[in-house]
Amino acid sequence: MKNRTFFWFILPSLITMLLFIALPIVSVAVQSLHIEHQAVMIEVENCGPFGCKQELQVDVEETAKLKEERPLGQFNALGTYTNRNHLAFTEIGLAWQSSTGVVDFFSKALNLPFYRALSFTLTYTFVVTPLVIIFGFMIALGVNTLPKRIKGPTIFISLLPMIVTPLIGSLILFWMIDANGILGATLQRIFDDPDLSLKASPTLTWIMLMVYGVWHSAPFAFIVFYAGLQTVPADTMEAAMIDGASRWERTRYVVLPHLMPLTVFISLIQLMDNFRVFEPIVSFSAQASATSLSWIIYNDLVGTESQFFGSAGATSVLTIIGVSILLIPVLIRTWRDFNQKVV
Amino acid sequence: MMSDIVHRRSPVLSTVIWGLVLVWIIAAGFPFLWTLWGSFKVQGDFFSKADWANAVYGVRTQIETGGALTGNGYYGAWVTKEFGLAAFNTSIVVVSVVIISLTLGTLGGYALARSGKKYAFYLLMLALVFRAMPHITLVSGYLLPFFEWNLWGHLPTAIIVMVAINQPFTLWMLHSFFLNIPKDLDESAMVDGCTRFQAFRHVIVPVMWPGVVTTGLFSFLLAYNDFTVTATLLSQANQTMVPKIASFLGTTQTEGNIMFAVAAVVSATAPLFVLILFFQRQIVSGLTAGAVKG
Repeated sequence: MKNRTFFWFILPSLITMLLFIALPIVSVAVQSLHIEHQAVMIEVENCGPFGCKQELQVDVEETAKLKEERPLGQFNALGTYTNRNHLAFTEIGLAWQSSTGVVDFFSKALNLPFYRALSFTLTYTFVVTPLVIIFGFMIALGVNTLPKRIKGPTIFISLLPMIVTPLIGSLILFWMIDANGILGATLQRIFDDPDLSLKASPTLTWIMLMVYGVWHSAPFAFIVFYAGLQTVPADTMEAAMIDGASRWERTRYVVLPHLMPLTVFISLIQLMDNFRVFEPIVSFSAQASATSLSWIIYNDLVGTESQFFGSAGATSVLTIIGVSILLIPVLIRTWRDFNQKVV
Repeated sequence: MMSDIVHRRSPVLSTVIWGLVLVWIIAAGFPFLWTLWGSFKVQGDFFSKADWANAVYGVRTQIETGGALTGNGYYGAWVTKEFGLAAFNTSIVVVSVVIISLTLGTLGGYALARSGKKYAFYLLMLALVFRAMPHITLVSGYLLPFFEWNLWGHLPTAIIVMVAINQPFTLWMLHSFFLNIPKDLDESAMVDGCTRFQAFRHVIVPVMWPGVVTTGLFSFLLAYNDFTVTATLLSQANQTMVPKIASFLGTTQTEGNIMFAVAAVVSATAPLFVLILFFQRQIVSGLTAGAVKG
């Protein structure tokens, strides 16, 4: 295709991507270097029955004017990145000096908002991703052996957790595990503990969020593996059987290697998607026990009194750096595939 | 005959497999069934501490409303809380996002599939990077400029933003679909004197629909399921269903109207249910398209 023609075909798509994906990333970076204006103070004389006093007051008019003139706020360099709500160098340093051991240090560090969110996000990502692959694979093996007639309905039901809006799916589960919901009340009866609440305990909340994550994403892994199972070469299978391989050995040495590229594909997609975990925390109202990077950005943006664009920007930039690190293997793999195709 | 032997298995293994599949089916399907049934009950039944069977038989519902099933939740959501407006907004957003992203995506995806130049590949890599960006980080880049330029809160703003966020995925998917359409088709048209665009219009467009439908389904799902963009970029009056449900959570819980939210959740799930019912095959093929090939 001629370069000119290519350019005109791709142009509309490229413009939207540049305007609404590339530019915002730049805008986020710029925002993160600025901080909200401080209120302009003026000294006024306040005279009461006991004499006059000089008092500092917020000059509302001047503050509004300043905001109007420079909506971005004032330049703060990397100040936002290092403050208590983000990388918190000072607090980390103090915690390091004052802590009695590694455990103590971590418990102190994990009280800081950014590290708290980071620890949940990473735990979620690296617990949910392997579990999704394992469950997806087992379901695929199971469904593959079903009679043809019931495969269709099974796949239909399996798709539901993935297709349904994440916010809604997690709400449905949340209502069930509510202390008065079917699962929550049943658990209370089983453990004979009327105060058992999945919401009150941080550990249980973490577990519930991850259970949701696996429930939501397992269908994706299942469908991909299921499609992969249809393409397992019959010849190799038969050869393995003739050589006396047991069912387990056939699965281990024929099916698994055949599905390996799919496993890589699923884990790369899942790592990217799980890293942005957000909706379940809103649905579960779990912010007291678990926050994620996406959630703290959201929290900065929808604040009831004011929005903290600088703070949200800084967390966003740190998140983008995190995503980029996760993305490197994906890019290397795509690059290699492409070059192989060319050769 | 051979395949019969391959698929023969011991009764123990069969039981384990059937058990596993059954557990999964219940885990995947039961929550939806339960919530659908419960949405026709009163709160005392759906959230029954004493006995979950209350929700099945509707004991409190019988006492409070006189029937075993009640539509109060739905009346509350659709009439009192004006959920219909949100549903209307959602349909505008979803239809526009699907149409615009497919239009841009087919043009771009076709060009990427036929270019064969190195820069087409770089663009695809760039799209991959863009796809990985968490949506909320992009939103935090939009908000301030949108406030400044008075673009915040309107449906078209949310639509164009979602089209853009959707583009990388759409491009990748349509690109791989166009790769499957033989090159000879449009090239022979060009030998006959068509321009590139005419070849696209008259030769490729008639045969591209299966791929476009599949991609359209995923655009639909992205727009319909979105919470991040719609919750942050739309004003109260323009809210779509998902952020509306999220805002129900706070208000209905305190008012004791949680059943409104349950009814709204069921209402918003219903279209997705129908979608899978009719397009199951396309969804499955779309999910596997990227994986099995690449």
